[in-house]
Amino acid sequence: MNKHWRLEYLADYALLTLDVAEQSANVLSQEVLQEFAQLLGEIENKAHKGLIIRSAKANGFIAGADVREFEHISDAPRATELARLGQQVFSRLAHLPFPSVALIHGFCLGGGLELALACTYRIAREDAATRLGLPEVRMGIHPGFGGTVRLPPLVGHLPALDMILSGRTLSVREARRIGLVDEAVPERHLLHAAEAFLKRHPPRRKAPWYQRLPGWKPLRPLVVRMLSPRVRHKANPDHYPAPWRFLRLWQERAGEEQEAESLGELLVSRTSRSLVHVFLLGEELKRQGRAHSHDIEQVHVIGAGVMGADIAIWAVNKGFRVSLQDQNPEALARAMKKAAGFFKDKLKDARAVQEAMDRLLPDIHGYGLRRADLVVEAIVEKLEPKRELFKNVEQLVRPQALLATNTSSIPLEAIGQSLKDPTRLVGLHFFNPVAKMQLVEIVRGVKTSEAALQRARAFTCAIERLPLDVKSSPGFLVNRILMPYLMEAVRLVEEGVSLVTIDNAATEFGMPMGPIELADSVGLDICLSVAEELAGPLHIEVPNILRELVEQGHLGRKSGRGFYQYNARGRRELPPPNKIAIDVPITERLVLRLLNEAVACLREGVITDADAVDAGMVYGTGFAPFLGGPMRYVESLGETGISHSLYRLSQEYGSRFTPDPGWSQPQRLIQRKRSSN
Amino acid sequence: MNKVYIVDGARTPFLKARSEPGPFSAADLAVAVGKPLLARQPFAPTALDEVITGCVIPAADEANIARIIALRLGCGKGMPAYTVQRNCASGLQAVANAAEHIALGRAQLILAGGTEAMSRAPIQWNGAMVAWLGKMLRARHVLDRVRVMGRFRPAYLKPVYSLLLGLTDPLVKLSMGQTAEILAYRFGISRETQDVYALQSHRRLAAAFDAGYLRPELETLYGGDGKVYTEDTGLRRDTDLEQLAQLKPVFDRKYGLVTSGNSSQVTDGAAFLLLASADAVQRYQLPILGEWIDHDWAGVDPGQMGLGPVHAVAKVLTRQRLKMSDLQQMELNEAFAAQVLACQAAWASEEYARKELGLDTPLGAMDPERLNPEGGAIASGHPVGSSGARLVLHLLQALRRKGGGQGVATLCIGGGQGGAMLLRVSGDRP
Repeated sequence: MNKHWRLEYLADYALLTLDVAEQSANVLSQEVLQEFAQLLGEIENKAHKGLIIRSAKANGFIAGADVREFEHISDAPRATELARLGQQVFSRLAHLPFPSVALIHGFCLGGGLELALACTYRIAREDAATRLGLPEVRMGIHPGFGGTVRLPPLVGHLPALDMILSGRTLSVREARRIGLVDEAVPERHLLHAAEAFLKRHPPRRKAPWYQRLPGWKPLRPLVVRMLSPRVRHKANPDHYPAPWRFLRLWQERAGEEQEAESLGELLVSRTSRSLVHVFLLGEELKRQGRAHSHDIEQVHVIGAGVMGADIAIWAVNKGFRVSLQDQNPEALARAMKKAAGFFKDKLKDARAVQEAMDRLLPDIHGYGLRRADLVVEAIVEKLEPKRELFKNVEQLVRPQALLATNTSSIPLEAIGQSLKDPTRLVGLHFFNPVAKMQLVEIVRGVKTSEAALQRARAFTCAIERLPLDVKSSPGFLVNRILMPYLMEAVRLVEEGVSLVTIDNAATEFGMPMGPIELADSVGLDICLSVAEELAGPLHIEVPNILRELVEQGHLGRKSGRGFYQYNARGRRELPPPNKIAIDVPITERLVLRLLNEAVACLREGVITDADAVDAGMVYGTGFAPFLGGPMRYVESLGETGISHSLYRLSQEYGSRFTPDPGWSQPQRLIQRKRSSN
Repeated sequence: MNKVYIVDGARTPFLKARSEPGPFSAADLAVAVGKPLLARQPFAPTALDEVITGCVIPAADEANIARIIALRLGCGKGMPAYTVQRNCASGLQAVANAAEHIALGRAQLILAGGTEAMSRAPIQWNGAMVAWLGKMLRARHVLDRVRVMGRFRPAYLKPVYSLLLGLTDPLVKLSMGQTAEILAYRFGISRETQDVYALQSHRRLAAAFDAGYLRPELETLYGGDGKVYTEDTGLRRDTDLEQLAQLKPVFDRKYGLVTSGNSSQVTDGAAFLLLASADAVQRYQLPILGEWIDHDWAGVDPGQMGLGPVHAVAKVLTRQRLKMSDLQQMELNEAFAAQVLACQAAWASEEYARKELGLDTPLGAMDPERLNPEGGAIASGHPVGSSGARLVLHLLQALRRKGGGQGVATLCIGGGQGGAMLLRVSGDRP
């Protein structure tokens, strides 16, 4: 009896169905691969017209290799061994004495697509849920089950390079266009199409000559040189070596042997370990969110400013019916225009756009409140109006409705004071821009009930964001950790260090954007108000230059000038580089303040463990994913060293660098929910 | 018969058609007004029993537009929905059907109304072109094809404007404007009297907007381009008699009296009402806006279709044993100024009452102060499919504001018909 695979014989064909035991999605663990190999042995000696492989899971074909297994592999040779196992099994599949078809529905990623590539034909279900891709670079590795070898001849070299280097997934239409799948049909025709292919047995698809041309040996170095700038823009070779390794393999026309060796080295590298850590942190947040149901259909968002509109649009995009309330019809009109643009861009198909727009109600009178299951407040960041609003809201909404505020700094207890039932008030703190930032802080007030938190987490998951539990305290987690870092950057400006030097130091460290550019993008007025909100409780000094800029109306990108100058299209104009180099430890000052605050958050119990800090900072701010998050970084450097450095800086630059008492409780710093080795 | 209540209703601002397709399709307009209307109800859209929509010229991709609207409004796949077409009274027909269903006890909650995007009325190939295209498709051989191609004539490219055809009586071959010219001639209504009436319509609508009287019935429209519409765009606050006098007749071009200024406007818009049984009112604790009492239809000479309301109103009032003076307000659709004035003249006429209505004494004209007191289609426009629903909605809101009473909403119908609906708003609000 097989555990993961089911083998049936149709008239002339063998039908293999994968249904990995005790998993919601099919993943290719070693066990699954071994069972597959054994079944192939059974099939290949019998006289068949062909083999059809499909998945029994509703959500997709195969999600890829089992990422959880990666963490238990400690040395490169063992990793290489694992890749070889996959290669051998897939090679056996590719060399069956009869043709084979992969029937693909839902996601078909990584090792799953490599399995499909080893089949003679690929037939995909024609719908929006079907996505194909090789996202290995996102885990700091490249395909290792023969994908780098089999993909280029099938779809052509440039499309193959694009798929592997970017890791992006393709829609069925795109996959059909480049020849990744031979046919795309509705669900009802999948088996018919597969049988037709096996009966006709046409030759396996080959990319047309012009797509094979860039693979001509003398041209390969040229192609690599052409692609390099684009790859460098996305992946710094020091931080993310995998795309570069793959480019080298491709240039050398490497075979499966080198693919496996290269994969082995990458899999045990720090980058891959960190990226897997970050990925699993995200999975863990999702798991917590999915543990309960949210029972939310109707969402009512109050405040059609940037955040309110973006939250409403995102919830609509994920299938919810949303009413967006604002007393200003112009604000609603702007939101509707933004929604129309967003959906046109995202959904393309006119009917799909219409469907989404129909789910969004511009609601000047607040009609939607009465039947709402969730109310999200995103009005001006002031206590009194918020308190007043919730008092009115409570009188109108149904008793089971969940109330949420998107405040970024006001304590929940203060807002909830006007409520008869403050237990159903939670914070849902989204980050700007909502469509890009995956994190949502689930803010727990003293009175917030566990049931309300469960629903808030479940809803966050339902809109495909990651819910992170934080305690209601000034700045919650992400803004609080970010603020000292931003203020230190502003101080460096005051000291005369050039803007570009500061931003470059941060991006070289691995931040997605420098702190000065970030402040300009967020808006200096918003930075100032958050900084002032946090200044008291966190003892942060707000540099004068920030106040002056805001007073002069230089609010950042939105006003055309902040620290930087922006042109009419909102592009940053780089000032001429500062000739006088000022010798201060820029990166150290920026990063250590951030780490010091992270430790303070841990000590005060803003979050429960070090994993939460890492997840929050990576998914909420883009903190260097290849380092795995601030606490993972602390772990790798050793906390004693960092606290010594802080002490040294405090001697030189003042008390803001004084090491937090939390540094002396090292067990707390590395305590994690997820066990990792 | 069960009681029938109208519990809520809303309409879009009416958007005057320019020379190009308007920003919203007929279904878009209906959804834009249906969304807020349903959102403010204590019941879910799926709790409705039926959706009925009047629409005269839906676009080619809007077959049975009522079902499209129902699905887009989230009423669920189980929601029955159908479209009715009675030309200018399609919206009234939808409300009438809903009322009858509820009166019979077959339904508890119905969304009924009308929608029209006249600016998007299809433009079609003419018959000769269609025949030629058919031959072209049948021609298999290259030579055949060349032969058919050779038979093409530039005249084939002349388009057919379905809007113009729709506004022309198919039997007597008169445009709607020409039927108004006939009425002006028959009842001796001068150009100036028509213009004065038209100006009054604009003044009254402007005053109603300024006083906020229309706020309870209007829902703001938001375009995908960031535009906001809060008022009827055909309303001319700046017009006067002098300007109206300068306009040239458009239907009988040389000597006619009917101009674009004293006719209703070609417009896009939607209006919907929620009708409920006493059971539904009780179950959901719905506020009652008004009560449906009766309605009826009548046929007249297609060449004088504007007199339809005279007959329809006479039928309803006679059956209900009411006098004209029992009505607090009448909403008579202003298809043309001449046509409204002709109706008034006919009601006042002893001869007309005797010969055409079979009544010994005339009903008498409606008090002009209580006839369309907040303006009408000359100022706000006449999106044919939705006007009937708008008249009912406005009549109820106006009666409520004025302390209740009975009123009639009535329209003349292209093809020679009239429809009238009697409604009551109770004085002491429940």
